[in-house]
Amino acid sequence: MSQYLLRRTLLAIPSLLGISLVLFTVLAMAPGDPFGELAQNPAVPPEVAASLREKFGMDDPIWERYVKWLTQMLQGNWGFSFVSRVDVDILIMQRLPATLVVIGASQLLALLVAMPVGVYAAMRPYSLFDQIATTLAFVGFSLPTFFTGLTLILIFSITLDWLPFVYQSNVNATGWQYYWEHIRQAIMPVTVLGLFQAGVLTRFVRSAVLDVVRLDFVTTARAKGLQERVVIVKHIVRNAMIPVVTLLALQMPAVFGGAIVTEQIFRIPGIGSLLIAAILANDTPVIMAVTFVFACLVILFNLIADLLYGWLDPRISYR
Amino acid sequence: MAGSTLASPTANAPVPGVARRKHVSPGMESWIRFRRHRLAVAGAIVLGLLVLSVALGPILWPVAINDIDFTAMLQGPSWAHPLGTDDLGQDVLARMLYGGRISLAVGLCAMFVAIGVGVVVGAVAGMARGSVDTALMWVTDLFLSLPQLPLLLVLIYLFRDALKQIAGPEVGVLVLIIVVIGGLRWMPVARLVRAQFFSLREKEFVEAARALGASTTRQVVRHILPNALGPVIVAATIDVAVAIIAESTLSFLGLGVPPDIPTWGRILFDAKDYLDFAPHWAFFPGAAIFLTVLCINYIGDGLRDALDPRRVI
Repeated sequence: MSQYLLRRTLLAIPSLLGISLVLFTVLAMAPGDPFGELAQNPAVPPEVAASLREKFGMDDPIWERYVKWLTQMLQGNWGFSFVSRVDVDILIMQRLPATLVVIGASQLLALLVAMPVGVYAAMRPYSLFDQIATTLAFVGFSLPTFFTGLTLILIFSITLDWLPFVYQSNVNATGWQYYWEHIRQAIMPVTVLGLFQAGVLTRFVRSAVLDVVRLDFVTTARAKGLQERVVIVKHIVRNAMIPVVTLLALQMPAVFGGAIVTEQIFRIPGIGSLLIAAILANDTPVIMAVTFVFACLVILFNLIADLLYGWLDPRISYR
Repeated sequence: MAGSTLASPTANAPVPGVARRKHVSPGMESWIRFRRHRLAVAGAIVLGLLVLSVALGPILWPVAINDIDFTAMLQGPSWAHPLGTDDLGQDVLARMLYGGRISLAVGLCAMFVAIGVGVVVGAVAGMARGSVDTALMWVTDLFLSLPQLPLLLVLIYLFRDALKQIAGPEVGVLVLIIVVIGGLRWMPVARLVRAQFFSLREKEFVEAARALGASTTRQVVRHILPNALGPVIVAATIDVAVAIIAESTLSFLGLGVPPDIPTWGRILFDAKDYLDFAPHWAFFPGAAIFLTVLCINYIGDGLRDALDPRRVI
């Protein structure tokens, strides 16, 4: 098992390098210049701007800058935000927990909804329940997250005034009140993201279970006289999860996309809203680092999916 | 695969007596199967109405999209303005009819970009095999693990000004959005096409063509590609929906089309700050995006039943 883990981790390194190369080339080739504003600022003489460019190595060839940038990243030196006047890694570490909490909670919500609904619908295909569940799943993943977010704000914050729609990281409360306030303000973002994911997942689970239900080993399990609950949980669901885990990992980039939108709508101080703020402020080091963190997270979740895969399907884990 | 449950009532169920009926062309057969999916037919009708109203809209509803009227600011739906007005008193219906054209066109064009790149990459990988295939699939996997929305935002932001100078403010940004959305969506198609090519190139009819001396190009274009097209059409349909959502998301985040092009996402972006006293302004474009995407997804589902009977989700 540890060998499998090691091999998978080593396989992730070329992808990470490839992604970092793509990101770096895109940013380096872009016409926008982090010193563009300095050049336009009349208070900065052109000689100073030129020497600054030279100091930061802006005129070196791209590959040389890439190697330099990569070594610096690996040493934990992620650069300095031009706008916030803070080291980029500190900035990201402040923002990352909020993003991870929202994404984690919404994935959990999606799984809690999609697993029972998908399995139950697939066990009774074309029943009334199945038809309602499939329709709702379709509606769920056809609703863009920004629209559901605005609708929820309109209903629960403006009309009913039950939930706050601006997320605050420093809540003025202690003890249980503190946690309650945090949960209250996380309800809407998590619901928006979770229900979208639940729609996608329900379809995955349903079709995966449908594929497994008609296999011979399920008939055998029933013929042995196993309880229906055991047949479903231990035989059907465990095998149906194998393709679902893969699709779940492939879905991660879309989840991060949804997270950026929700963070922007509910003003959650996560790395998604940090990215948009950095883009609007032309803060290149932050843009670079946040995109790279997103890429790392995607690769990390792929890795986790591979491990789950090995656990669910022992046939491949030691190969 | 001794099956007790069929994946779908329409798929692979032998209809009694069908063998003795007169010959039905494959296209007709697909149409019959598509027609059985009622929601897909309903989706096609609603989408057709949406496209028609967007195409003919400015004729049927001849109100200027930038007709500013400060006496009618942020009004709810009325006879003069069926979908209300925005903060400058502009007619929301007229703006949506105009912007819908852009939203739908961007979705369609981005789909064509994605399908074009995907089919070429998949076909090359499927025909070449060996190291070319390995390299192309590595690139495909790399693109699959790129964080798409962040990259989309960064690319649009960085290259917007350069393209504005080359092709004008509107065309430049739209072309950029189409290319970037399409360029980040081709990977599933490439994988699909490659898998199809792997199985089809070993089939007898391709072997027969090869034995008759057909060139590789002819084998691909005349024999393999037409047979691989079913799943690609399904993927293409879904891609239109994804591209429409992507464009709306960009516009909603304020990084998409320029402010003077009122695409549905852009109207939502403008409306979101007035949610408390003009909810209609945000509701109608949002509902339009939702309805379009829902219809396209249902059509895709029906097409899957019709064209790809082996794999029904």
